[in-house]
Amino acid sequence: MRKRTRFALILLLHVSVLIFLSGCGQVIVLDPRGPVGDANRSVIMVAIALMLIVVIPVFILGFWFSFKYRAGGRALYRPNWSYSAKIDLVIWLVPIAIVTALGTLTWIETYRLDPYKPIRSTLQPVRIQAVSLDWKWLFIYPDHNVASINHCVFPAGTPLSFSLTSETVMTSFFIPQLGTQMYAMTGMETHLNLLASETGVYLGQNMQFSGRWFSNMNFRATAASPKDFEDWVKNVRRSDNMLDMKRYEQLAEPRASHPVLYFSPVEPGLFHAIIRRFAPAATHHGRASLSHAENN
Amino acid sequence: MGAVGGSLLAGLVILGLITYHRKWPYLWREWITTCDHKRIGMMYIILALVMLVRGLSDAIMMRLQQALATGGSMGYLTPDHFNQIFSAHGSIMIIFMAMPFLVGLMNIVVPPQIGSRDVAFPFMNAVSFWLTAAGTMLVMASLGIGEFSKAGWSGYTSLTEKQFSPDTGVDYWIWAFQIAGVGSTLSSVNFLATIFKMRAPGMTFMRMPMFTWTSLFTSVLMLFAFPVLTAALLLLTLDRYLGMHFFSNDLGGNMMMYVNLFWTWGHPEVYIVVLPAFGVFSEVTSTFSGKRLFGYRSMVYATAAITVVSFAVWLHHFFTMGASPPVNIFFGIATMLISIPTGVKIYNWLFTMYRGRIRFTTPMYWTVGFLMTFSIGGMSGVLLASPPANYVVHNSLFVIAHFHNVLIAGTLFGFLAGYSYWFPKAIGFKLDEKWGKLAFWCWLTGFYMAFMPLYVLGFMGMPRRMHHFTNAVWHPWLILAAIGTAVIVAGVFCLGIQLVVSIRNRKINKDITGDPWDGRTLEWSVSSPPPEYNFAHIPVVNDLDAFTDMKERGTAYVRHERYFDILLPANSASGPLIGLLAFMLGFGMTWYIWWLAIAGVMGIIIVMIMRMSDDNTERVVTADEIGTIERKRHEMIASARNNEQPLRILP
Repeated sequence: MRKRTRFALILLLHVSVLIFLSGCGQVIVLDPRGPVGDANRSVIMVAIALMLIVVIPVFILGFWFSFKYRAGGRALYRPNWSYSAKIDLVIWLVPIAIVTALGTLTWIETYRLDPYKPIRSTLQPVRIQAVSLDWKWLFIYPDHNVASINHCVFPAGTPLSFSLTSETVMTSFFIPQLGTQMYAMTGMETHLNLLASETGVYLGQNMQFSGRWFSNMNFRATAASPKDFEDWVKNVRRSDNMLDMKRYEQLAEPRASHPVLYFSPVEPGLFHAIIRRFAPAATHHGRASLSHAENN
Repeated sequence: MGAVGGSLLAGLVILGLITYHRKWPYLWREWITTCDHKRIGMMYIILALVMLVRGLSDAIMMRLQQALATGGSMGYLTPDHFNQIFSAHGSIMIIFMAMPFLVGLMNIVVPPQIGSRDVAFPFMNAVSFWLTAAGTMLVMASLGIGEFSKAGWSGYTSLTEKQFSPDTGVDYWIWAFQIAGVGSTLSSVNFLATIFKMRAPGMTFMRMPMFTWTSLFTSVLMLFAFPVLTAALLLLTLDRYLGMHFFSNDLGGNMMMYVNLFWTWGHPEVYIVVLPAFGVFSEVTSTFSGKRLFGYRSMVYATAAITVVSFAVWLHHFFTMGASPPVNIFFGIATMLISIPTGVKIYNWLFTMYRGRIRFTTPMYWTVGFLMTFSIGGMSGVLLASPPANYVVHNSLFVIAHFHNVLIAGTLFGFLAGYSYWFPKAIGFKLDEKWGKLAFWCWLTGFYMAFMPLYVLGFMGMPRRMHHFTNAVWHPWLILAAIGTAVIVAGVFCLGIQLVVSIRNRKINKDITGDPWDGRTLEWSVSSPPPEYNFAHIPVVNDLDAFTDMKERGTAYVRHERYFDILLPANSASGPLIGLLAFMLGFGMTWYIWWLAIAGVMGIIIVMIMRMSDDNTERVVTADEIGTIERKRHEMIASARNNEQPLRILP
C-alpha cells in the first residue's frame, strides 16, 4: 500500500536525522570537558537506553498491529477479548522495573552531582563570585582581588567554586561544556562547583529569560593553564581599575550589551554587600549560604 | 499592526455577513443565550479553533525570527515584539486553545455518554463559557490596544513586577488568565456534579466510558489546581497594584514562592489538558478496532494514579534553584512514577488494536500517530525528570521540544481525533476523510521537522526564548524547524479545506442513523445532532459498552409508545452579560480605569442577584413535540434500512 510506504519513508527520515545528530561534533552538551558534564552526559545516555526498552516495542507493535489487524485482513478477530492477566502484569511490571532502575540511578547520581558539593581534588578550589546584571555577567575573584565583566577566566584542572547572585531578575548561570547550570537570584546566594579538565574557550550563557536583551547575556569562559591563569591575574592587577560599590552601581545600569572589562582592586566583601542590598538581614535563603557567609 | 488589521477585518466581515443575512435574532436565540450543553460545547470548540490559528500565527513569527536573526542580522522583530509573541503563544495555546477545546469536547460528549439530558448546572455552564470568551477578548484586545506581556506565559516574578514590567502587558496577561481561570474552576464543579449525580440507571462507576472517566479526573485536577493559580495571580496583582512585596526582589519578597505556586497549578495543568485526549484515544481505538477496550480497569487505575501523583511533581520545573539532593530526588522520582501508568495506557491501546478489525479512519490515524510520537515525548520527559540530566538541558530548546512533543502529539492529536470522531454527532454529517488524512500527514511530518531539530539544539546548549543569536552552528537546525512549521501550517489549511469540502458535501455524508462509526457508547444511540433533550427516555445501562450491548440484544432502536414532557433550561441573557461585564472588569483593571472595573464588578453582582431571583429558568418540551421528533427519526432510520444502508458493521 502507498500509505505504508509513505509511513516507512517518514520513519527512515527521522532515523537518519538522529544518526546525523550523533555524528555531529557541535552537540556541546554531549561533548563535555569536565567531570560534572561527563556525569550529566552518562545519566542521559543510560536513561535513554533504559527507556528504549519501552519505546522500541511501541513502534514495533504499533506498525505490526496496524498492519496485521487492519480491516480486510484475515487475522484473528476477537471483539470481546479485553483482558489478559499475563499481559497486564507485564505492562505494569516492565515500566516499574525500569523506573526502579532509573530511580536508583537518579538517587545515587543526584547526591554525587549535588552542585553544592565541592569537587574532590588535591588542589585548593578557585573561588569565583558571579553576579548577573542587565544584561551582563560580573565575575569577582575574592582570593585574587580581581574582577571581570563577561569574561570568566579560570585554571583548567583546578576545582571551581562558584557563588551566584543577581542584581536583577532571576537568571541561570551555565557553561554547557562544564555541565550543570544554577539559578542566580536577587538577595540570595546559590553555589555551583565545576571543573574544566582541559584548557579551551567555552561558551557561557544565561539560560533563564530575563527581559529585553536576554539574548545578549552570554560570556566567554576561558579555561587557561594554571600558569596562564596566574599571568592573567597579574595582568589585571596591574590595570588599577578599582571596583567598589559606587562603580558597581554604575555597572548595574541596564545596558543592551557590554564589552569585556577587567577590574582590580576589588572592594572586599562586595559580593555579600550586593546581596544585602536586597536582603539586609539575610543569609537565610538557600541551604549553604549560612556556612559560606561566614567565610567571607 | 497587520495582525490587528487582519483580526479586525475578519471580525467586521463576519459581523457584516450576520447583519446582511439577518441572522442576529437566530444567533441570539439559538447560540448566544443558550444553556444547551451541545451548543455551548460547539462554541467552545469554535473559540479553540480560532485561537489555534492565532497561536499558530505567533509560532510562525517566532520560527521565522529565529531562522533569520543570526550573525549581523537582528531579524525582523524587535526584542520587545518577539518577547510578546512567545508570551502570547504559550498563554493562548494553553488557556485559550487547549482549555476551551477540552471543555468543549466534554460538553458535547459527557452528557449523552452517561445518558443525561444536560449538565448539572446548565446556566453556570454558559457563564463558564462566556468568562473564557471574555478572557480571550482581553488577549485579542492587547493586539491593538497597548501591548501584551513580555515576560513569558509563566510570568515569572520578579520580571512581572512593576519594577521590571511597568507597562500594561502583564496586567492584560493577569486578567485574561484570572477571568478564564474562574471559568475553568466553574466548569470543573459542573462536570464533577454531572458525572457523579446524573448517570443513567445501571451505569456504575466501572461501567463509565473511558472519556467520562478522564473528564472526571480532569475536573478533579481543575478543581484543585486552578484556585492555586488564582491565588498566585492575586498576590502578584497586590504586588503590582498596591505595592506589596510577595514576590519582589527586596523587602522580604521571594520570587521562588511565585514559581512554586505557579507550577503547583502548572504541572497538574498539563495533565488537565492531556487526560481528556487520553479519553478520546480510548474511545477511538476501541470503536475502530471493533473491540472492547483492553484492560479497562488498569486504564481507570492508571488515570487515577496520574491524577494523584501529578500534584507531587511541580518542583521538576526548577531543579536548578539550589535545592538539596533529597528534595530533587523526591520530585524527580515522583515524576518518573507518572511514566508507569502512562506507559501502561500506551500498551493498553496497543492491545486494544490486537485481535481487532481496525478501520483506518481519520481519528484512527491521529491515534496511531500519537502512540508512537508520544512515546518519544515520554522518553524526553523522563530524561528531564532526572535532576542530573535536567541540570544541562533545563531552560534549553530541549524543554520546548519535549513539551510540544507531548502537547502536540498528545493533547492536540487527541483533540483533533475527537473533533473528527464526534463531528458527525454534534453537527449531523461526517468530515471529509481525504482532507482529514492529508491534514494528519502534514501535522505529523511538520511536527517531526519542526521539533526534532529543537531536541538537537537543546543538546547544543541553545536557550529558549532567544531573540537573536551569534552561534552559527545553530542556524541550519532553526531553518529546518521553520520549514517544519510551514508544513504544520499546510496541515491547518487542510483542516480548513476539510471543513469547507465537508459542508459542501453534507448531503452525501449525512449521518442518518446517529451511529456513523458503529459506536459503542450511549452518545451514538441518539440522533445526530441529538435532539435538545438528548434522550426521550433515559436508557438503562447493562454493560461498559452500553450501546454495543443494546445493539447485540436488539434493544438499540426501540420505538416507545408514550412520551413525557421534559424540562429543559431556558435561554438566558445573563451568561453573555456576565462575560461582557467580566471583560469590562479586566479591561478596566488593565488600564486603571477604576469606574469601569467597579461597574464590571457591581454589574456581575446585580446580574447574579437578578438571576437568582428569577423563577422562570426552565421551559417545557411537551410530549407531543417529542413524539413528533422521535417518530421522524424512526422513519428516517427505517427508510435508511430500506435503502440497504447497513446500520451496523458487526461481523
